[in-house]
Amino acid sequence: MSSKKMFIVSHAPFWHNRSNIPERCYGMIWAAMPAVALGIVQYGLPAAGVVFLAVGTAILAEWLMNRLTKRTATITDGNAALLGLLFAMLIPATTPWWVVMVGTLLTVVIGLHVFGGMGANPFHPVAVSMMMLTVSWPAFMDFNAALVNYELSFNAVFPLSLSKNLGTAAVAGFTPLDLLLGQQTGGIGSTFGLGLIGGGLYLMAKRYIRWEISLSFLAGIYMTALVFHMAAPDQYAGPLFHLLTGYTLVGAFFLLPDNASSPVNPIPMLIYGAGAGFLAMLIRNIGSYHDGVLLAVLLMNLVNPLLDKIRPKALGKVA
Amino acid sequence: MMKLLQSQSGASVFQYPLLPQSPLPAQAIDSIGKATLLIDQMIEKKSEVDLSEGDTVQTGQRLAPFQDSAAYAISSVTGKISAIYPYPGDFGKNFTALDIEVAADDMAAPIENLEPTLESLRTYLVNAPGKPPLALLGDPNRPIHTIVVSGVDTDLLVGTHQYAIRTEIDAITKGIEVLKAAAGAEKVAIAVPRDLISGFGHTGADELKAVPPDYPWAQPKLVLYHAFGVEVPAKKTCEDMGYAFFSAESVAAIGKTYLSGHVPVDKIVTLIDKSGQVKVVTARLGTPVGKILQAAGIQTSDRDRLILGGPMTGTALYDEKQVVRADTDAVMVQDAADVSLVSDYSCINCGECVRACPTRIQVNMLVRFLEAGQYEDGAELYDLYSCVDCGLCSYVCVARIPIYQYISLAKYELARVSAVAEASDEQ
Ligand code: SF4
Ligand code: SF4
Repeated sequence: MSSKKMFIVSHAPFWHNRSNIPERCYGMIWAAMPAVALGIVQYGLPAAGVVFLAVGTAILAEWLMNRLTKRTATITDGNAALLGLLFAMLIPATTPWWVVMVGTLLTVVIGLHVFGGMGANPFHPVAVSMMMLTVSWPAFMDFNAALVNYELSFNAVFPLSLSKNLGTAAVAGFTPLDLLLGQQTGGIGSTFGLGLIGGGLYLMAKRYIRWEISLSFLAGIYMTALVFHMAAPDQYAGPLFHLLTGYTLVGAFFLLPDNASSPVNPIPMLIYGAGAGFLAMLIRNIGSYHDGVLLAVLLMNLVNPLLDKIRPKALGKVA
Repeated sequence: MMKLLQSQSGASVFQYPLLPQSPLPAQAIDSIGKATLLIDQMIEKKSEVDLSEGDTVQTGQRLAPFQDSAAYAISSVTGKISAIYPYPGDFGKNFTALDIEVAADDMAAPIENLEPTLESLRTYLVNAPGKPPLALLGDPNRPIHTIVVSGVDTDLLVGTHQYAIRTEIDAITKGIEVLKAAAGAEKVAIAVPRDLISGFGHTGADELKAVPPDYPWAQPKLVLYHAFGVEVPAKKTCEDMGYAFFSAESVAAIGKTYLSGHVPVDKIVTLIDKSGQVKVVTARLGTPVGKILQAAGIQTSDRDRLILGGPMTGTALYDEKQVVRADTDAVMVQDAADVSLVSDYSCINCGECVRACPTRIQVNMLVRFLEAGQYEDGAELYDLYSCVDCGLCSYVCVARIPIYQYISLAKYELARVSAVAEASDEQ
């Protein structure tokens, strides 16, 4: 028995299930790829430019913040790249380069690092920056104005503004199949229903997102839209239309289940998801925005800490 | 590595494996050369003890060398004392170590005046194989009404208690008889893996309880909850509720003592090698861990991890000279390549720990307080004391936070603070 042998000493447990943060972030990025790819096919080089600019800016911003806060560099873990990508997925392909950069900086710096970095953000960083841009430069965030110069093979008016302004008949041309296949205008990575659903299924199967949140959100959208539609079928489009347009799917799988800003207990997750769906539909149908998903995300982020107080009683708790 | 299973809640859980249907006779580790006995009192100067280097001792001989203390050891070998020295243990618990050079002839010293009483048990068996928790018995302020003989091992891959309950049933039957006579407990129950539930009719136990195969449900508090329907309040122990858990091995040791007139000195140890293969061996108490591994053909190399206990709750050792003690149920070797390291990420609130925790603690919230050193708040607000020390939260943590280490440290610090407070109250 050699006395020179050195053993590694650490605290139990000595096994780990090998999950890690980079794996999750890159998993999210992979899951977003089909939707992003279709956006690039549809809108060409400008879309690719926006995506690369956003991802690059996000990584750069993360690196600067790491330097500034003197923390270990985290740019390779994929979280910054993911945030940049998610931001790009929500905006029109024609967004000017400086708006892309400002938006990405807002996402990473204000949305994430001001609150203490990954895990500490009370709101989804991309929802924060998108709301700031919508308030500051509404023109760039308007899909109809932004995409006016595109020759597209489908109706190039943003479906949610059509339904909002003109009612159900105006969107009759959008069949669910069209919407699933991305035959609609919108953010670069927000329109390809099938791609987003596939990505979402992958994320839920891998448990990178909490399925309770995504599914209860979709149920919330469906039920609320159904009630509106039944009350006034001509004025309010049906539930399927709302499930497949705007930010519904990207919100369900990529924004709402953000770890830090959503609850972890079963009942709170269901309330959170369904509540967001309900609010999003209220805003779409009677609020002043065309789409209500981002605002609904932020509002539910706000009540998340309260919701997570509804928790099961720990073993042996005397109360 | 074991298979990872999905529980109903979606959390990853492990199952306790059963030993092969008829457990092979355990390999006996002999010709150990040197054994080290530990006495529960630290020596300060040599004149304190009436034992000296060069004295000879016999197997089973009782050594109580301090004039002012009842601390003792039972020699596990026959031979000559080669060194006497202070031996620092974990968490401020210190010992006196006696190195004994093992002689060729093994001579067994019989013991005297053995009665089925608590006093006799305490005189000989405090550090018997399996470490019977005799201190729990006979306390009028905290009466024990049920003794639970545990044939289940709390950590994964460890098969020591299971092996004992399968192979030493006669000794256990005798042990139960002695305990009933000595302890004044109303009932004795046997807890066994669910799949081994038959064949305990003649043991004299009043109850037989099945333990589910999911980790960590063999943990005493969880056994009480599941099999006895008793929820132990967060700051209380099983003993506070009137239950004392004795490992099957310790009850067998008691039985053997009364059957043979000799205190048993062989400890059952489960060895877990780098590939997760399990082998049950027996070795004299006081055998250096390195010797056992060598004899069993398990290689270790630089930067491996050497663990006393199992993969979820064991203690890592820094050298192979540590010896087998009364409660050393397992020795595990982990290859350097499998040693997982912690990261310096903060909690990302993924909730995996919350899903994994068997006691429904909001670990994601608790860890925030513990990381900040706010132990009292963590205990008050987020149920630190409900934790049953299973380590699952660390096992699943995506941010690789050493959560269970924080929890152990917090409990240790709080216990220290309250001990200091109590001491100053008494003055
Ligand atoms: S807090 Fe961790 S170690 Fe404690 S019971 Fe829960 S999962 Fe196990
Ligand atoms: S598993 Fe780790 S990262 Fe996830 S919530 Fe628990 S402590 Fe936080």
